[in-house]
Amino acid sequence: MATTTKRRSPEEILQQVQAEEAYEKRGRLKVFLGYASGVGKSFRMLDEGRRRHERGQDVVVGAVQPQRSPEIEALLQKLPLIPFRIVDGVAVMDVDAILKRHPGVVLVDGLAYDNPPGLPNHSRWQDVEQLLEAGISVISSVNIQYIDELREQVARITGKYVSQTVPRSFLNSADEIVVVDAPPEMCITRTDGEADARASSQAQKLSELREIALLLAADVVDRQLEQYLQRNGITQTFGAQERVLVCITPRANGAVMVASGRRNADRFHGDLTVAYVRQAEISADDQAALERNLAIARDARAHIEILDGEDPVETILQFAREHGITQVFVGHSTQERWWERYTGTPLDRLIRGANDIDVRVFPH
Amino acid sequence: MAASQARGRLKIYLGYAAGVGKTYQMLEEAQELRRQGRDVVIGYFEPHGRKDTIGRTDGLEFVPRRRAEYRGTVFEDMDTDAILRRRPQVCVVDEFPHSDIPGSEREKRWQDVQVLLDAGIDVLTTMNIQHLESLNDQVWRITEVRVRETIPDWVMQQADQVVMVDLTPRALLNRLARGVVYPPDKALEALKNFFQESTLVALRELALRQTAHEVEIRQVDYNSPGFQAVPSDGEVTDEPPRSQERILIVVTADPSTAMLIRRGKRVADYLHADCFAVAVQNNGENKEAISQQRDAVERHLNFARNLHIEARMLGGHDVAKTVVEFARLNGVTQVFLARPSEGRWPAFGGRNLVQQVVRLARDMQVIIVADRSKQRAH
Repeated sequence: MATTTKRRSPEEILQQVQAEEAYEKRGRLKVFLGYASGVGKSFRMLDEGRRRHERGQDVVVGAVQPQRSPEIEALLQKLPLIPFRIVDGVAVMDVDAILKRHPGVVLVDGLAYDNPPGLPNHSRWQDVEQLLEAGISVISSVNIQYIDELREQVARITGKYVSQTVPRSFLNSADEIVVVDAPPEMCITRTDGEADARASSQAQKLSELREIALLLAADVVDRQLEQYLQRNGITQTFGAQERVLVCITPRANGAVMVASGRRNADRFHGDLTVAYVRQAEISADDQAALERNLAIARDARAHIEILDGEDPVETILQFAREHGITQVFVGHSTQERWWERYTGTPLDRLIRGANDIDVRVFPH
Repeated sequence: MAASQARGRLKIYLGYAAGVGKTYQMLEEAQELRRQGRDVVIGYFEPHGRKDTIGRTDGLEFVPRRRAEYRGTVFEDMDTDAILRRRPQVCVVDEFPHSDIPGSEREKRWQDVQVLLDAGIDVLTTMNIQHLESLNDQVWRITEVRVRETIPDWVMQQADQVVMVDLTPRALLNRLARGVVYPPDKALEALKNFFQESTLVALRELALRQTAHEVEIRQVDYNSPGFQAVPSDGEVTDEPPRSQERILIVVTADPSTAMLIRRGKRVADYLHADCFAVAVQNNGENKEAISQQRDAVERHLNFARNLHIEARMLGGHDVAKTVVEFARLNGVTQVFLARPSEGRWPAFGGRNLVQQVVRLARDMQVIIVADRSKQRAH
């Protein structure tokens, strides 16, 4: 493993100590992520609660879904429950009672439920946030269709648009996230006489949802890895996620390079950054060409970085190393200056310095 | 039954480390299938002394292992012939990437599984992400372990289902500490090496992404959202559509070639591109050097063929020219080359293969593949 410890300023160290203290006091959040109802999220959540309960941890059930299978009922029999309270005829999680009881772990199903108006928290996930702040650990489960940022994408597949959601940032804050993965046929309840075509289209939809869930979990895991490394003051690249850096100049064929970068990043479900190393005194034509290339990058939803540095090659390499870039895309001019025969072209130097980063060269 | 009976279905339980529960989940499914009335046997099961897992085999029939002697020691292994004679509908085969005892009919367990599938037997199997061939170098970087027992990517692609068996690293470490995964002495050893949290997190991410990829390539509709990246301005670019992408891997005697082939193939799979490999036999060099180099080149070409890459030897005096001409004739859009080692950068005047190809291949992309075997320099 390639590891280095960064030299940090006192402010950074203080910040880290504070972050660590806050982290220590806070409860831990674990989320079981499912891609459809029927994959067994709630079961996994309750089963983990049961195992912890049997190992002597102080576990209570804070919220469960109204419809329950016999397996879930059986698990609930084995766990202490803090009953819902009724507000305006709606059953809501009794946050005050849980805070008063202050268990080690509380199990909360149905993160996306909205509370009725008048309660301090609008949504159940905010109740959970409050419990975590009080130092109570929470195990929860959620279906991807309720993640706010995925709502549209999921609705395009399922045709159902949900109104109650959990923000993605909340999921990112989880200490642990588990994908409840099951092949689609487990979730298909085929009734007699239902056409095969319908079943296969349903399988297709479920497969798309399953992919979304896996990728979401991978992204959260990637973020956790980053946070873990930061907390431990380690700069390290594992290259588990592909990160593409497209280096543009005014002369580069930005349209081709950015489109290819986008496609590579998408196909690998990775990250796309477009960087430009500022050049002193460029002509008005070049400035206009550069603006066009940057506009293309913005359209392609790339992160855009304007870098400063005396030596463009070194600047790009340093940025790439610091940001865990796995592929650098560069343009290559067909003209070569005579002295570069001896000094080596910037491209040669880039390839030579890139070590563990792939370099993709685009002629222009 | 007709001679052209259907091939068996393969289901892979994919994990990222020992102890995440792959075998347990596989056996759960085997039990479920048995309850549904299917004829299920265990072809190979590795108990690792895990009580819970062993308990899941209750009531399942074991096909006895075969015994074979190798260098004075008797080893036990899956008895593929016995399973074929027994002819179950479903066979459980633990540890998919395992090597067979030297001298067996086949080298690898995954090849035994192919035989079972060909005979129309469904197979449930387990493996960790570390064993996927195309990830070998990335895994090496993460774990500092060079995994020798690998599964070619096409074998996984042929599986009907790949299911991720997920457990969070923290939960896994707890299990390890409680002695569920290994006996105490081995657990301590494991904690020092492989089972570091950051390592586990990174491997888990690889497994999640791979599973997502496997799910995606099994989707019928390749035009689903997110599949094709159309430039958002809707403009047509010079770049050909994905079906026309063709990747050419330039094979040499250099040891980094294996890495290059894995990476090129992985990119080709992800981009849905055709993939070829060529080596150029340079007639101009002295005879002895050639024969040594030729062996290495042949090895690399065979390695590429094992990964289902069409590979061939070309003749020519000028390697770069031969490669680029071949690429042009065959509509190649991307040429993959290994990064020249430090000694191969000429002080001045001369040019190494990469420099030559970049200068000649004006009409295609050239990808210089990183040397992932080295530590990142700081």
